[in-house]
Amino acid sequence: MTTTAPERAALPPLGRVCLTRAGVELKEFFRQRESVVFTLVFPVILLLGLGAVLDYDLGAGVDFPQYFMAGVITAGIVGASLQNMAIHIAGERSDGTLKSLRGTPMPASAYFAGKVVQVLAVAVATIALLVLVGVLVYGIDLPSGTDWLTFAWVSVLGAAACTLLGIVVSTLARNGRSASATVTPIALVIEFVSGVFMPFDQVPGWLQDVAAVFPVKWLAQGLRSVFLPDALAAREPAGSWELGTVALVLGLWCVAGLVLCAVTFRWQDREG
Amino acid sequence: MVVGRWGIPSVAAGGGVDALLPTGRGHCVLVQKDSLLPTTRTLAAGPGSEPDPDAAISVRGLVKRYGDRAAVDGLDLDIRRGEIFALLGPNGAGKTTTVEVLEGYRKRDGGDVRVLGVDPARGGRRWRAQLGIVLQSGAGDSQLSVRELLKARASYYAEPRDPDEVMELVGLTAEAGARGRTLSGGQRRRLDVALGIVGRPRLLFLDEPTTGFDPEARRQFWALIRSLRDLGTTMLLTTHYLDEAEALADRVGVLARGQLAEVAVPAALGGRGTAPAVVSWTEDGVRRSAETATPTAFVRELAARFPGEVPDLTVARPTLEDVYLKMIGQVPEGGGTAAAVGRRGAERSQGVSS
Repeated sequence: MTTTAPERAALPPLGRVCLTRAGVELKEFFRQRESVVFTLVFPVILLLGLGAVLDYDLGAGVDFPQYFMAGVITAGIVGASLQNMAIHIAGERSDGTLKSLRGTPMPASAYFAGKVVQVLAVAVATIALLVLVGVLVYGIDLPSGTDWLTFAWVSVLGAAACTLLGIVVSTLARNGRSASATVTPIALVIEFVSGVFMPFDQVPGWLQDVAAVFPVKWLAQGLRSVFLPDALAAREPAGSWELGTVALVLGLWCVAGLVLCAVTFRWQDREG
Repeated sequence: MVVGRWGIPSVAAGGGVDALLPTGRGHCVLVQKDSLLPTTRTLAAGPGSEPDPDAAISVRGLVKRYGDRAAVDGLDLDIRRGEIFALLGPNGAGKTTTVEVLEGYRKRDGGDVRVLGVDPARGGRRWRAQLGIVLQSGAGDSQLSVRELLKARASYYAEPRDPDEVMELVGLTAEAGARGRTLSGGQRRRLDVALGIVGRPRLLFLDEPTTGFDPEARRQFWALIRSLRDLGTTMLLTTHYLDEAEALADRVGVLARGQLAEVAVPAALGGRGTAPAVVSWTEDGVRRSAETATPTAFVRELAARFPGEVPDLTVARPTLEDVYLKMIGQVPEGGGTAAAVGRRGAERSQGVSS
């Protein structure tokens, strides 16, 4: 039999710890100039740069900036979720932050809740910035009616899948430094084959098939349905926006990501 | 009964400690510090006995393997509530592994462990709330200020200390608004300590807490540890600084090859309290030394042999470092005599004269 210590005051409720974590995560992100510039400003630079250089006419009155809005917002969401999580969690694991937190009564769920709030805030800020620049600089047409609803669920589902995937990738990385060196190039390649930077029908067929495995392609496709007239759906691989498949694939990635997170997540770097 | 002699021969010879501790493996012989009488008692911490539920930490037969290698190989340990216990041992002796099992960071392969009455492998939030863990770098690369980091950490606990008081206690008040990543090495270590104690722990783990401190900062840190002890905090300290263990610890335990070689008060470790003195001098241009239980008589004899001052005369008792190095087998065994002579006689010679 063990004698238990006299009862202490109750531990703070989960909700309050989640709030603390959300505050910590927001400060950690928005005070770090590199992460703000890289995650928030980089997509804007892409939009301005590629928008100024590339001069497509995609028909149905769609110019390149109008077409590119979906792609650059996809890149923004991937940066705010997948790259952000993979690089920063790997860093927190390497510098001892995670180990230190693990030694406190902070529930693990509060840590992840804080990360979710951070991703949401960064993603919303990125999207808002891109839409604003798109409207002011290129006069792009905003979505209308139910397109806003599609915009919301595609973005949330895509961000969720990429966040979970980012947490898994952070665990695959050997340490924080190797994460930041490898994650960004890999993300760029996946974005490239997913038709983020150019019309998807210009990607070779076999690469389209490769891209279809990853969530990025479906996120971009769902967003194209928001920013492009339905006439352009004919240029999609299936000849339609396939919103049902978009929801299914992103949802499956969420489930797979959640399972992989639960199985692989570590609070410390591997030894040796 | 003779408490473990200076330089446990059986350990240095690669064997167990049974020869010295006849009560069997893991039975620790110790001398209580607070008593002026040389009371010796055997702490029943054998593989057969149950963990002590009243101890802050109680370990029986702890085993942890990495592949084929047993990093911890049948460790028994009891740490009383309210004491400062220093765990010493060379790198690779199993120190970090042991502490990480106790902290709940690592799973064990065998044995029974109770930390504050709870098995660390099953410790929940309530259990963690009673621990403080000072890691070698827990502050990370944060964008938050010292005060913000401490406030956030405090909010995870039921009865935290006031972050401002904690900053005062560790001497970081002037850096309250400085971001974590801008702190110097010493300030970072103080922040680590602050993060470890802000939750008002009953049991505090300190992993090499003063590495990188200048001597003054170390003295301040020692004062802080003593004031925490006065508040009733139990502490498990791992350190490479033997003077630190001697200054702070009520008891020290030496880990060697995954087992506890000995547990004793610092003054008695390795039989220091009863160890022979080493008298050293220079004769015919050669440095000589001898071990003797009667240094006064020895020096008197010596004085008679020299016309005036005995050249370079010193009389020394083994330091904690001497006995420690012997215990972990860093010094080759030398079966000497009372008058063993050698250039490094103080370390080499082994004999006891009377």
